[in-house]
Amino acid sequence: MKIALKIRQTFSVDKATFLDVFIIPILATSLAITVGLLLLLLSGESYQTALRALISLFVGSFGSVSALSETLTASTPLIFAALGIAIGFRAGLFNIGAEGQIIIGGLAAVIVGFSVELPILLHLTIVLFIGAAFGAGYAFISGWLKAFTGAHEVITTIMLNLIAFRLLDFFLRLPFIQKEGRNDPISKSVLETAELPRLLSFIDPNLRIHAGFLLAVLAVVLVYWIIFHTTIGFEFRTVGTNIHAAKYAGVNSSLAVILAMSAAGLCAGLAGASQISGVLGRATSGFSAGIGFDAIAVALLGRAHPIGVLFSGILFGALVAGGREMQVSAGVSLDLITVIQALIIIFIAAPILIKRIFPWFFPKT
Amino acid sequence: MKLKTILKLTSGAFAGLLLATVQSANAFTACQVTDVGGVDDKSFNETAWKGVKDAVAKHGVDSKLLESKDGTDYEPHLNSMVSAGCDIIIAVGFLMGEATQKAAEANPDSKFTIIDFAYDPTVPNILGQIFATDQAAFLAGYVSAGVSKTGIVGTFGGINIPPVTGFMDGFAWGVAHYNKIKGKNVQVLGWDPAAKEGLFTNNFDSLDDGRAFAQNLYDEGADIVMPVAGPVGLGSASLADELGSDKLKIIGVDGDWTTTDPARKDVYLTSVLKNMDVTTLSVIEMAKSGDFSGGLTVGTLENGGVGIAPYHELSSSVSSELASEVEALRKGIISGSIKMN
Repeated sequence: MKIALKIRQTFSVDKATFLDVFIIPILATSLAITVGLLLLLLSGESYQTALRALISLFVGSFGSVSALSETLTASTPLIFAALGIAIGFRAGLFNIGAEGQIIIGGLAAVIVGFSVELPILLHLTIVLFIGAAFGAGYAFISGWLKAFTGAHEVITTIMLNLIAFRLLDFFLRLPFIQKEGRNDPISKSVLETAELPRLLSFIDPNLRIHAGFLLAVLAVVLVYWIIFHTTIGFEFRTVGTNIHAAKYAGVNSSLAVILAMSAAGLCAGLAGASQISGVLGRATSGFSAGIGFDAIAVALLGRAHPIGVLFSGILFGALVAGGREMQVSAGVSLDLITVIQALIIIFIAAPILIKRIFPWFFPKT
Repeated sequence: MKLKTILKLTSGAFAGLLLATVQSANAFTACQVTDVGGVDDKSFNETAWKGVKDAVAKHGVDSKLLESKDGTDYEPHLNSMVSAGCDIIIAVGFLMGEATQKAAEANPDSKFTIIDFAYDPTVPNILGQIFATDQAAFLAGYVSAGVSKTGIVGTFGGINIPPVTGFMDGFAWGVAHYNKIKGKNVQVLGWDPAAKEGLFTNNFDSLDDGRAFAQNLYDEGADIVMPVAGPVGLGSASLADELGSDKLKIIGVDGDWTTTDPARKDVYLTSVLKNMDVTTLSVIEMAKSGDFSGGLTVGTLENGGVGIAPYHELSSSVSSELASEVEALRKGIISGSIKMN
């Protein structure tokens, strides 16, 4: 409990938030991994395989420099997108549209990345900026519809996702964007000046961790500050808690909804741009890879708190990297990772269940 | 004290297990990274994986597998296999072309082979395996034209890339050849080999799309459909299974679908075989014996790299005359006396 106190002091959070943001997710994750391994045993695998799966899950995510690099690489876009979803949650908005916002942001980023020639830092900055701006613009549509027509953001964001998928397929086949000599939807590669630098390539060129992770951490701090220490953050939270009370108190709730939604899209757009500039180098028809949907889980696991999002993003990145090692050395299908992720969400969505199973972590009420 | 002892014991056990994992790496290990669609797709990935399983059974090599969930997995998956100390890494599919080249150039000591991708110029540590599937699909198109009662046959693909459209080209040319010889006018829906345009699901995993695309072609009058999209075709097969094979027949691709999907064996007229298992096995053998070198191998009708499956359950609908014409065509293509287009 001493460590717990130290963490609380470091991040200056009160006890209730601490339980909410750290203890419940940790317990939910442990429980999900345990149940996942039990399912593995039930499906007829030997306990040696299950044990080896568990070990390789850890070894593959935190066991070496390259494992850690993969974990953080996978977590980077998740943290960006989940921050956006967390802002939405704070303002009472359930943004399902991160996937579409990633696609639009990433697509805009890739176009600027290969078509414009600029000096090194400037080009990268503009690529990221354009990615963020287009993500924000795409989410703005849902925010505006919500504020002025009352159209529910869940519906509009889902629909905009579908539109984004098809738009991507369409754009990737335009001769201006499509890679020369190919008939399938694949874009030209971004120029070297638009690439996020890889942080550890001096050790080993296979290490993929890039500067986008540092930007993601910076974004965590920034979002934390905006949500908890600015007027607009306060307005977001007020609107999220009770929109009628917020209106009565003089908050321009329409503006708050639009801004929160656009900020969410901005983060998702950055996720798309950082994938393009840091990892992929070009867009293909599936480049968003479900990150926008996984990010919803990350935001839920992080309890819509920026610090929580940082840790749960790293955890989901660890599951991706560790899952790979699990299939390579234990021969267990990657599908188990999907099961574990789903179980985490179930346990997170039912905090009472967690409190019943582990009563000694929680104060008696 | 007690806690420390437990920790020591467990860490000892963990180390033992880890050692066991490392030790198995001393033997020859063949590693495969599949494309999306999964290793149990009864088609593309499964056929390639069979080559590795055959090597395991025949030569006692070790095997490792990584299934890609998305196109973004290729690069990290290949890197994982490099760090797992694989002796040969098999990349399944055209879409992995660039990721494989990148991994091969960053790791010049590792050996790679890729299915469906030809590098120009070749990479010293990658052996590309490509297949003249148009030759085999030509035969399937000819049979289909002869068997079709409505005079309309159809095809659709996964993504508009050469390894997919090769099948569709051959199929359309085979039908055209039938029309020319017999003076008939059997139509092909879903692919225009001259314009290189046609029907594509734009994915390799949605069985729903497979069903919907086959339904569209059936509604347009097609009674034989060749889906070239891996497991997507299984959705088409389930439609044919419900309609009955007298209304809609399916032509499988990659493997012999009558044997990989025996539950619906009645609907498969034949399959266009792309024997990736045979070529993959021989690449593994080459790597094991030290004969591996980068470059290109091409599977053809002549060397058995491609072919068509027996007509199995539907052999009664293929007249013996038609069957012997197909056999003659096969020989004609091998000898070069028959030009496909």
